[in-house]
Amino acid sequence: MNDSLGAPGAPKSLPLILARELASNLATPMFLLDSGGMLVFFNDAAAMLLGKSFAELGEIPAGEFGAALQLSTPDGESVRRRDSPAGIAFFEHRPAHKNVLATAYDGVRRQYEATAYPLFGAAGEMHGVVAVFWEVAAGNLGA
Amino acid sequence: MQARVWGCRGSVATPGADTIKYGGNTSCVEVRLASGHTLVLDAGTGMRPLGVVMDADLPVELHILLTHLHLDHLQGLGFFRPLFSPGLDIHIWGPTSPVAHLSERIAMYLSPPLFPVRLEDVSSNVTFHDAPETSVTIGSATIRAAKVTHQGPTVGYRIEENGRTLVYLPDHEPSLGTDLVDVPAEWISGHDIAQGADVLLHDAQYRDHEYPDHVGWGHASTSATMEFARKADVGAVVLFHHDPYHTDAELEELLDEARAKWPGSQDNVCLAYEGMTIALDGGVAISPEPTG
Repeated sequence: MNDSLGAPGAPKSLPLILARELASNLATPMFLLDSGGMLVFFNDAAAMLLGKSFAELGEIPAGEFGAALQLSTPDGESVRRRDSPAGIAFFEHRPAHKNVLATAYDGVRRQYEATAYPLFGAAGEMHGVVAVFWEVAAGNLGA
Repeated sequence: MQARVWGCRGSVATPGADTIKYGGNTSCVEVRLASGHTLVLDAGTGMRPLGVVMDADLPVELHILLTHLHLDHLQGLGFFRPLFSPGLDIHIWGPTSPVAHLSERIAMYLSPPLFPVRLEDVSSNVTFHDAPETSVTIGSATIRAAKVTHQGPTVGYRIEENGRTLVYLPDHEPSLGTDLVDVPAEWISGHDIAQGADVLLHDAQYRDHEYPDHVGWGHASTSATMEFARKADVGAVVLFHHDPYHTDAELEELLDEARAKWPGSQDNVCLAYEGMTIALDGGVAISPEPTG
């Protein structure tokens, strides 16, 4: 259950808590959205690519986060937030994977492979979204 | 409400001279409400002696609140005499599972070849419910469950009556993969239901030096239990789910270690024992530790 709509300080559901602990212990960049559409966490590995720590950014609406990233395809075509992997996982409740370009908070634009999937609880209820992403090697940019 | 501990051992029943002071029966706590309703928290082997007493004075309605279905929390159910009382209404609550209904999962134990009697053949009227993750009213109490970190679907329970709160988290590893000191409260498993409780019954299976060999087993270290309790701002901590390898003497060493980590009165940290009573009425009264 998550009735918080992402309010900072609101109790998080166990699946989100476990996902956060998984993310905290991984070197794979990962961020979490809750069921209300808030960005509620990203790990240190993600912070290195995003150019800002989660402690600096705090919980923000996923739409605001997505807008800041200025997502596009490798060809430069803009990607709507709801068509990003995290957006598809959130709105369509299915996993998704894409190759995207994004601009980090430090202004650096990088190419990523990004995968996202929804978190469903034991009764089928939606708890949020897990998104993992990898930077594509610089030599592949624009490929 | 009045609570009585009938079993507080973890994992497996441990009768014997080394465990006689705190007891060897597995998890079971009786809670009598002001309204006359009775709750039973878990169905470990402590449920057998509870059933002997209860059978002589059956409640009108009985609610069994299961935290999960590991055998040390279920084994007493088949030996609980009221289960075989014709006409008695028994409500069994437990965690949801995406795989099978609660009744089907319990029947995996209460059926041959593991048990001679089938669950469907007991004489009482048994109804099964998903553990309530939004508050429900039972008699004079309000009850809420929350999923917590353990192995498999597991919940803890928060019971409120007349402004007093008892929280039961017998199997819980809140520090899995993290250091509770550094984690915001809203990201701590079980914090929401434990917050501000007058009395918290909490997993204290491992001493700190034992925990590194048991990470991920679903149980708490002494430090994690006390940090969890401190962050939840509870009034008193009852250390529960004693490790089956801990003798009475070792439990008392664990208690000393726990009290050393508690900023408040040392009297508000104690070991659960069979026969312990907890009264939550106008005030909070926990029976003194056994001397034997």
